[in-house]
Amino acid sequence: MKEFGGKALFLDRNDINTDEIIPAKYLTENTKLALQPFILEDLKLGGFDPRRDIEGKGVIISRANFGCGSSREHAVWVFEVNDINVVIAESFARIFRQNMYNCGMLAIELPKKEIETLFGLGEVVEITVDLVAGTLTAQGDKKVVISFKMNEFDKKLVEAGGWLAYADKNY
Amino acid sequence: MGKTIAEKIFAAHLRDTPTAENVILNIDVVMCHEITTPIAITDLESRGMDRIFDPKKIKAVIDHVTPAKDSKTAIQGKILRDWARRHKIRDFFDIGANGVCHALFPEKGFVRPGYTVIMGDSHTCTHGAFGAFAAGVGTTDLEVGILKGVCSFRTPETMRITITGRLQDGVSAKDVILFIIKELTVNGATDKVMEFVGPVVEAMSMEARMTLCNMAIEAGATCGICLPDMVTAQYLWPFIKNHYASIELAVQDFARWHSDPDADYIQKLALDVSGLAPQVTFGYKPDEVKSVAEMEGTPVDQVYIGSCTNGRIEDLRSAARILKGKKIAATVRGILSPATPKVYSQALEEGIIAIFMEAGFCVTNPTCGACLGMSNGVLAEGEICASTTNRNFNGRMGKGGIVHLMSPLTAAATAVQGHITDPRKLLKKKLTPTITE
Ligand code: SF4
Repeated sequence: MKEFGGKALFLDRNDINTDEIIPAKYLTENTKLALQPFILEDLKLGGFDPRRDIEGKGVIISRANFGCGSSREHAVWVFEVNDINVVIAESFARIFRQNMYNCGMLAIELPKKEIETLFGLGEVVEITVDLVAGTLTAQGDKKVVISFKMNEFDKKLVEAGGWLAYADKNY
Repeated sequence: MGKTIAEKIFAAHLRDTPTAENVILNIDVVMCHEITTPIAITDLESRGMDRIFDPKKIKAVIDHVTPAKDSKTAIQGKILRDWARRHKIRDFFDIGANGVCHALFPEKGFVRPGYTVIMGDSHTCTHGAFGAFAAGVGTTDLEVGILKGVCSFRTPETMRITITGRLQDGVSAKDVILFIIKELTVNGATDKVMEFVGPVVEAMSMEARMTLCNMAIEAGATCGICLPDMVTAQYLWPFIKNHYASIELAVQDFARWHSDPDADYIQKLALDVSGLAPQVTFGYKPDEVKSVAEMEGTPVDQVYIGSCTNGRIEDLRSAARILKGKKIAATVRGILSPATPKVYSQALEEGIIAIFMEAGFCVTNPTCGACLGMSNGVLAEGEICASTTNRNFNGRMGKGGIVHLMSPLTAAATAVQGHITDPRKLLKKKLTPTITE
């Protein structure tokens, strides 16, 4: 199975929507790679500069209702082509969460308290995910290990490499 | 234990239960448009899987940017068009016959009570107005839908919203749903089905029910749903009259989808709308809602009437009630995009287009247009639009632009005054029936 983890990008806001992740005007692109430079271009978040802050990051950590709004899977692809394969948040919008798992990527929900802990680990935090154990390790100013719950079907999708591969085999 | 309408639809479409929490459903209608489908098509092609499960169950339209505005959107249209021809998809709607998907497909009778519907578009929840389970999905779900006619869902929980009272003249379904979203917040209904019941919903036209269900996603819901009844049957009658001996029998048949009295709901809400005033959004989230009175006087640069929320004939009629014999403010650019060719020609016939044009509105062809900031009315930085659409996210109608969501009545009154205005001030007597009757 794929390795999941990387340096964390903290987006300290609720309700980050898919228009902010990838604006509609880029939906005319017909390849995933073409989306790469436009990641989080319209995000309204004080002090955040996508050109400076994305580089080298592999995991996004955010608050409640991440990925709300439009159904565009482009919001997942723009992460994928920027080597971000995990989003950790207090909660997700349904379509975004499903799109992540459909692409074989991880949308991990954690209780508010645990998200708070992650935000408190300092500027540089390295995340590693152990899917089999259902734990993630965060190494920042200190090291914490947090266990998370994952829907069994979502796990199957990740194992299969996404919904298309799973559906092609089973239906 | 009884079942909700969503549970009944799920049971009737069950294909597989991969885990206790998840189901795979057979899908009756897979809808496609030119923004999210071309990339699914090219991906399927590149995998050597350029197939479709059933040409009769796939419906496609070019609606978001039409006519094409540049080479890239022309290519998107072309990919969809070529694909529809290649696979002999009969229900494909191109220029001259096209309109906003969630207004056009219902008009064609494609959605029936008890159906399952998916589309690569979050406002697919609109079709729940017909007593269907209709959900927006991403491109991968769409690909699997196109290939296999199935989609995965978590077993739904239903929230029942009972709407009672009597809507005042000047207050409409849009105000009701904005108010509900404010109460629930933008994720108050995530992973849930919102079932709208009660006398106010029963008295609503299909148009008004579609407005209600259209914005269920703005509270995070998977689907909005209304129970199919005589209103539904009358709307669908031209398409179903060969299946039923009488309209009453159709209504009787539809009733098998109704939620049982002892069905289990995750939450039950009750809302009396008698005192409800017109509502409008502020800020950048659809749950940031105030009464129009609190926002009164906010100047606007543009007024947009259209979209899958409020671009139907009833919406145009209600705006025309205000605009008739008036001019819009000199500081305002008014844009009307009738949602479908049928709406457009009906509005022409009823003299509504003339009312809009004499008032100073620009009338565009049926398209999503300004709603998603891709064409036909993109805002400049700092500009403000009063809009009958469903999303006010930052950048939605153009980078740096601000959108205030409201009903067609409020948008029309705002156009006339040049600033956000309670439509009840400009309404004299009722000229056309509204949903309260
Ligand atoms: S009118 Fe707007 S919300 Fe509706 S389908 Fe078109 S872009 Fe989406």
